[in-house]
Amino acid sequence: MTTSRISPALRTEALEQLLTERGLVDPAVMDKFIANYESNVGPLNGAKVVAKAWTDPEYRKRLLADGTSAIKELGFAGPQGEHIVVVKNTATTHNVVVCTLCSCYPWPVLGLPPSWYKDPAYRARVVREPRAVLAEMGLRLGSDVQIIVRDSSSEVRWLVLPERPAGTEHLSEEELVPLITREALVGVAKVSAP
Amino acid sequence: MIEAKGAAVDKFADLGGTTGWGAVSPPRPDEPVFAEKWEGRAFALTLLSMGRVSGQNLDAFRHALERLDRAAYLDDGYYGRWLNAIELMLVDSAILAPGAIDARARNITGEHVPEPPVPEPNKPNYSATGPGSLRTIEAEPAFAVGQQVRAKDMSPAGHTRLPGYVRGHTGVVEQVQPAALLPDTHAHFLGENPQHVYTVRFESHELWGSSVSDTEPFTLTAELFESYLEPAA
Repeated sequence: MTTSRISPALRTEALEQLLTERGLVDPAVMDKFIANYESNVGPLNGAKVVAKAWTDPEYRKRLLADGTSAIKELGFAGPQGEHIVVVKNTATTHNVVVCTLCSCYPWPVLGLPPSWYKDPAYRARVVREPRAVLAEMGLRLGSDVQIIVRDSSSEVRWLVLPERPAGTEHLSEEELVPLITREALVGVAKVSAP
Repeated sequence: MIEAKGAAVDKFADLGGTTGWGAVSPPRPDEPVFAEKWEGRAFALTLLSMGRVSGQNLDAFRHALERLDRAAYLDDGYYGRWLNAIELMLVDSAILAPGAIDARARNITGEHVPEPPVPEPNKPNYSATGPGSLRTIEAEPAFAVGQQVRAKDMSPAGHTRLPGYVRGHTGVVEQVQPAALLPDTHAHFLGENPQHVYTVRFESHELWGSSVSDTEPFTLTAELFESYLEPAA
């Protein structure tokens, strides 16, 4: 029970002081750590993986066969990416990822999870009424689409390979990258043509 | 300060299938990684100080999250939850004294309250056999792809990665994943006990029966450790 509600911002500052005074953390290391997750480790990495898979059939095969290795080819690896399994969404099969027990998420390709993924409503509901949840998020799937919900209950991490939208055949790998959103890589959206 | 609820887990964090949460939040394309500066500090403090207890034991951290009460879990936001859980881990191992964070926080605001002395650390006598969670094991997988299995209907007192909503339900092994250390013991610094892990596929009618509000059936997979499963049929 929290006996007095001191703001988490103030309590964080207090913890940083206490641990720094005793040499248990180094604020300069913290700065670098935070900057890395603000600037380098984010959904742009996953977008690059998908754009390559859309334009390089051999890479796509490797990605679907061994996600972790194929992702590492592009230089993306690290915490929360020990074993990444890539599943493809098609016109008739739609994968959507959740972690009902906490907020497991493939950091090396998507960065830290967004608010909606960590929200208890998403964690609780998407395993029980995925169609309704996806519709609330703006994705209405036809009744002929088979939904597969992926609950990340171990250290296995899931990445969705979305469908390449029609009308993008003329675009290069580099031009495809900015079309690919974080939401499509978790399975709560599709990628749209520009 | 945050008080633990003893060894028993509240189970509050096991949210799958629970009701009463209202609408989901819509995605925001411009959402910053950290909405406020302190959130980044809490994130870094958690991950950089966790290893001071006994290696980077994420299962112990998840167990700490699960021991938070509803207010400590929900009311301080996501990184406030992390802060509350890392406080619990650091107090458990006597790296921090109970109340040390709150006393310092009050002194930062200009109060003059006594701060508890630094305690004698009481860390678990435990270290992981290697980095990460994946391990190589000799035993062959007990279950094969395509086999029917049932998630055991059990409620361990401590940490587990067996979601409540799959317990007692039957599914089919879809994939055999790399073996990994068992969170149920590793979280408590009681051993790695690596096991095979299975992606098990369940049908919605098996999990939810007629209570499901979605009109169309769907399937769901979860990764389950070998000891969570028993043969079905």
